[in-house]
Amino acid sequence: MGKINIKIKPKHLVNYSIVLVMLLIGVVMLETGNLRPSIAQLFTQIGYSIILAVSLNFVVGFLGELSLGHAGFMCVGAYIGGLSAVMLKQALGASAKLPVLVIAMLIGGLSAAVFGFVIGLPSLRLKGDYLAIVTLAFGEIVRNVFMNQKIFGGARGLTTGSLTYDTRRAPTLFIVTFIVALVMLIIIQNIVRSKHGRAITAIRDNEIAAKAMGINVTFYKLFVFIVAAFFAGCAGVIYAHTTTPVLYTFFSYNYSIEILVMVVLGGMGSITGSIFSAMFITIVNFMLQSQLSGDLASLRNLIYAVILIVVVVFSNAPALKSFREKYSLGALFAKLFRGKLSDPAKRKDDEAKWDRVPTKIKMDALLSTDLNVDYTPARPEDLNGGKEGK
Amino acid sequence: MSDIMLKTENLGITFGGLKAAQDVNIEIKKKQLYGLIGPNGAGKTTIFNLLTGVYKPTAGKFYLDGEELTGKNQEAINRKGIARTFQNIRLFNNMTVVRNVMVGLHNNPEFKCNPFVSAFRLPRHFKVEKAMRERAKELLRIFGLEDERNSLACNLPYGKQRKLEIARALATNPKLLLLDEPAAGMNPQETEELMDTIRFINKEFDLTILLIEHDMKLVGGICEELTVLNFGKVLAEGETKEVLNNPEVIKAYIGD
Repeated sequence: MGKINIKIKPKHLVNYSIVLVMLLIGVVMLETGNLRPSIAQLFTQIGYSIILAVSLNFVVGFLGELSLGHAGFMCVGAYIGGLSAVMLKQALGASAKLPVLVIAMLIGGLSAAVFGFVIGLPSLRLKGDYLAIVTLAFGEIVRNVFMNQKIFGGARGLTTGSLTYDTRRAPTLFIVTFIVALVMLIIIQNIVRSKHGRAITAIRDNEIAAKAMGINVTFYKLFVFIVAAFFAGCAGVIYAHTTTPVLYTFFSYNYSIEILVMVVLGGMGSITGSIFSAMFITIVNFMLQSQLSGDLASLRNLIYAVILIVVVVFSNAPALKSFREKYSLGALFAKLFRGKLSDPAKRKDDEAKWDRVPTKIKMDALLSTDLNVDYTPARPEDLNGGKEGK
Repeated sequence: MSDIMLKTENLGITFGGLKAAQDVNIEIKKKQLYGLIGPNGAGKTTIFNLLTGVYKPTAGKFYLDGEELTGKNQEAINRKGIARTFQNIRLFNNMTVVRNVMVGLHNNPEFKCNPFVSAFRLPRHFKVEKAMRERAKELLRIFGLEDERNSLACNLPYGKQRKLEIARALATNPKLLLLDEPAAGMNPQETEELMDTIRFINKEFDLTILLIEHDMKLVGGICEELTVLNFGKVLAEGETKEVLNNPEVIKAYIGD
């Protein structure tokens, strides 16, 4: 044979095309001169929200470890990447905008990846809630450390005014942002679909069995944390280019939770879901900030919360199930691309919904009965009956 | 080298004051089907956990094919050639059947492919994926699971989940396979089929198999030799027939 059979599946192209379409819309608006700076800013925000949400989904949805410190990684990227961008700009001159951004992104991303490694270490020992607390503490520590460094501007924040990538005429930062998002999608999605992705989801589904199969759990946990932290760091550098000063208050616990909300809303382990919910939440936030005025403006947070509750109830309530199945985006795409193939009997090898799952929670209940010292093995008939009961 | 596949020397572990296993000496010849039986709580699964590195033994040593593996971690022991199944099934429930087996194939040197190659889908990635899928299908065919390869592992009936667990363990290409109550929860006909399958893989893959089982029909039918454990100690060992008729053993199981 020798021929390599490359199957391109529409399901995986959806993610790339969403980002590409947004990039195109932005570019067309820019070329025709309709792109207002505030809309360009919105595009950039959507871009880095997608980067943050998908990279957090890699940790939470695929590896199955709850991380509440994602804003911490972004903070590292924003401060270190931002500072190095300011310094690079002085060294290279004002004309080298793009090289400065790219190099700063690498520096910011890599330094965040180092922190990802450090935070990955406790994840080898801690599980579930305990790891969540550690990551939460990490996020708080990081931003407080940066707040107290004079070189980063102290409590007044890091001044990145000289970095403004967007000019009034040509706001082009969103192009770079979407390209970074595309690169991230390619890398994370391909890894998830490879043997390494299988190893990672195996660790999520049953860590003990994964170890017994010879999967190097240490390597994969650190790997996932490092990759996710790297991209969060890149998002931080982009953020540093949009705002001045970079202020430590932005990277608070609330922001970590907001990223987590994007992931949960889109569905754990669903990359398409993360992209859509990152877009949705960013746009809602933007609309609430820009459209409301007067008394309504003070109700902004309340309205935001109500919208979130409505969306979550809508997407989970059993009573709305039939409605959802008829009109959901997934069903729409299935109709458009797959036709009759979605019938389970005709499914091809890759099409099972193995990546749409709740995380470890249930496994912990089943865990370690045979590792328990005073456990007596059940009789065969008990085992059979007991299993159904669980 | 000698024809001994697994040898344990005074293997033992204590949890606080509890001696869960002590002075266990087992010798298994290559390609042998060996049984480990004993009443509930005798320490059989503890022995399995010691052999696979879940617990580190507090006393004694064990050797696989002449190589000492005491104190190694689970991943390393699996790579050296010991694979196991679990008493309470531990499949990757949210993955398809074929993917479960492919996880077992992960460390096979034939299917080496580093994360960088996968991330950018270089040609090697496609070659490896295809070869892995073919191999997984072959393994599933042996266990009659080929038609179900695309359903989720948690949707399989109980008997098939047990079989899938064995298939997944086989995928790691072991020298010694540890089966923890493979027939638990199966009806007599399924047990019969399972016995045939175990015999088949024993011959076909040149495997040494050590199994824990309560079903005496299965034990008597396929095991060549047995070790009986009681209260963490070896009560009897030897040829299956002799051991099963040993009055001590009958007493341990049924009482006076």
